[in-house]
Amino acid sequence: MKTVSRIYTVLMLIFLYAPVAVMVFFSLNSGGSVWVFSGFSLKWYEGLMEDTTMLTALTHTIIIAVLSAVISTVIGTAASVGILSLRKKFTKKVITSVTNIPLMNADIVTGVSLMLLFIFIGRLFSLDESLGFVTVLIAHITFNLPYVILSVMPKLVQTDHNLLDAAMDLGCTKTASFFKVILPSVSTGIFTGFIMAFTLSLDDFVISYFTCGHYQTLPIVIYNMTKKTVSPDVYALSTVIFVIIFVLLILYNVVQNKQDKRRTAI
Amino acid sequence: MNKKLISFIMAFMLVFTLCSCDNQGGEEDDENGLKVDCRGEYSKALSGTVLNVYNWGEYISDGEDDAIDVNAEFEKLTGIKVNYTTYESNETMYSQIKSGGVSYDIIIPSDYMIERMINEDMLRKIDTDSLSNYDLIEKKYKGLYFDKNEEYSVPYNVGMVGIIYNKKQIGEPEKSWKALWDPKYKDMSLNFNNPRDAFMTAQMILGQDLNTTDKKDWDAASELLKKQKSVLQSYVMDEIYGKMETGEASIAPYYAGDFLVMKDENPDLEFYYPNEGTNIFIDSMCIPKNVKNYDAAMMYINFMLEPDVSLANAEYIGYASPNKAVVSNPEYCYFEDEILYPEEPPENIQYYHDLDTETRMYYENLWIDIKLY
Repeated sequence: MKTVSRIYTVLMLIFLYAPVAVMVFFSLNSGGSVWVFSGFSLKWYEGLMEDTTMLTALTHTIIIAVLSAVISTVIGTAASVGILSLRKKFTKKVITSVTNIPLMNADIVTGVSLMLLFIFIGRLFSLDESLGFVTVLIAHITFNLPYVILSVMPKLVQTDHNLLDAAMDLGCTKTASFFKVILPSVSTGIFTGFIMAFTLSLDDFVISYFTCGHYQTLPIVIYNMTKKTVSPDVYALSTVIFVIIFVLLILYNVVQNKQDKRRTAI
Repeated sequence: MNKKLISFIMAFMLVFTLCSCDNQGGEEDDENGLKVDCRGEYSKALSGTVLNVYNWGEYISDGEDDAIDVNAEFEKLTGIKVNYTTYESNETMYSQIKSGGVSYDIIIPSDYMIERMINEDMLRKIDTDSLSNYDLIEKKYKGLYFDKNEEYSVPYNVGMVGIIYNKKQIGEPEKSWKALWDPKYKDMSLNFNNPRDAFMTAQMILGQDLNTTDKKDWDAASELLKKQKSVLQSYVMDEIYGKMETGEASIAPYYAGDFLVMKDENPDLEFYYPNEGTNIFIDSMCIPKNVKNYDAAMMYINFMLEPDVSLANAEYIGYASPNKAVVSNPEYCYFEDEILYPEEPPENIQYYHDLDTETRMYYENLWIDIKLY
């Protein structure tokens, strides 16, 4: 039984990581082909540094991902607090479901409808250009929000309501007790929400495609390379991104482990 | 603890972003020895303005392998900021502009799309007399069917379709489109995975006009394509690179410029233009009606025609250049290339025209039938 489960695990890992391994392998190819390996070289990594189109797109992607994740985390946390403090059960339920709609909605529907809205508003103010940085950012915040709310809300429900009262008894003002007591107790939820929002925004294609205007993000630029074949620069870039995320994850786990140990020590 | 991690990630991202900006900036420093003499056309008068360029993906020399970074050079010369974005098909570009959400100053559509855009009054006239480099364009690419009076477009790249084959695997096929139907190459031949180009291969054998609106013609071509399915390995677009480079397939129709890329990987590959004739495309620079920075756009078009810039683009892209200064330059890596610039081009060379919706729907439905056949 143990060997079976081991084989199963190995197979799983192979299926998960084989595509990445192949990509890393071919990013080190000295030829331009994805099919013929003609020798080891780092030239695609050097080429990447010179590829202004791709680097600009990467910058755009990161700026949008960071900004939209931060803003949606702030708004989402505030929204969760607000929704939970609603008195009427019915309104609470309705608002929760409404915020979840973008989650269920097909990306393409969200994308097209947002584009129409932006263009409509643009026409209303007779702008000859309505799509751009602001519209992608708004679009990304929109689809990030429900994920943040979904990860913060359960944490808020879990926190003991007496905590707030206790803090106020001990002399905190209402705002201070929120920042000093409630926020730290839901920080894991907020952090998960932030990471979710960040990664979702990072690899979103469909919604950005419809709303970006001149502000093209990386997935769109890669998609547009189909007139000729996708250049191996892309493999190099994807490898770099993969390594960064991998390192970040390891660091995250190391930090968390240390913290856990300290906590048990106390 | 999470605060620490968040700030760590944010700091990391910031550094990363800054790094990538740095690289962009650093590149402008190196001198490529661009020989553009400033005849006053490239003044700094429009310095600080933005030029929105909308081009095909990977369709400009971007500074790879020490070539000219065209956009960076233009920025350096004029102080105009080039906002360079890309698309993957004429249709995407068309719908983006049609939607009205964005405005562009330069677009590079293909022939039939230029025809459609002129018909729909989406392009602004270009005063070609004021382009000092316009004379460099070869005469045969001027005043084509979609722009007879040379008012709307300035040629950028040209290409023809031909047949690529693996001489080691199948020897010398007959110089005809019929080779794709030859049972000798059963399961080793490919065809285009898009209706217009696939129909073209059959239409050429049948001696049809590629832009026919006669349904009988399309029916006949469709029957021929169905017959081909018994010998065909598959319909492909980008997959052709892999299949031909590795020898998984041995005969396929594709663009001459792309053949040269495949040949680099697999020297057994050869190319010919079929006797019956072939399809030619041209991508030209145009200015959309809702242009914001017309003068900068004109400057950019002229800059793209500069011999050095054109040369860098032609070498990067690998399609044929309509620029005399490039074609006659002995240092050009495809100088007198037999395939890009055949001495005796096939006789029956046809452009695609913008077909009416009914015909388009008709052949698209036939195409679905063929694929299900």
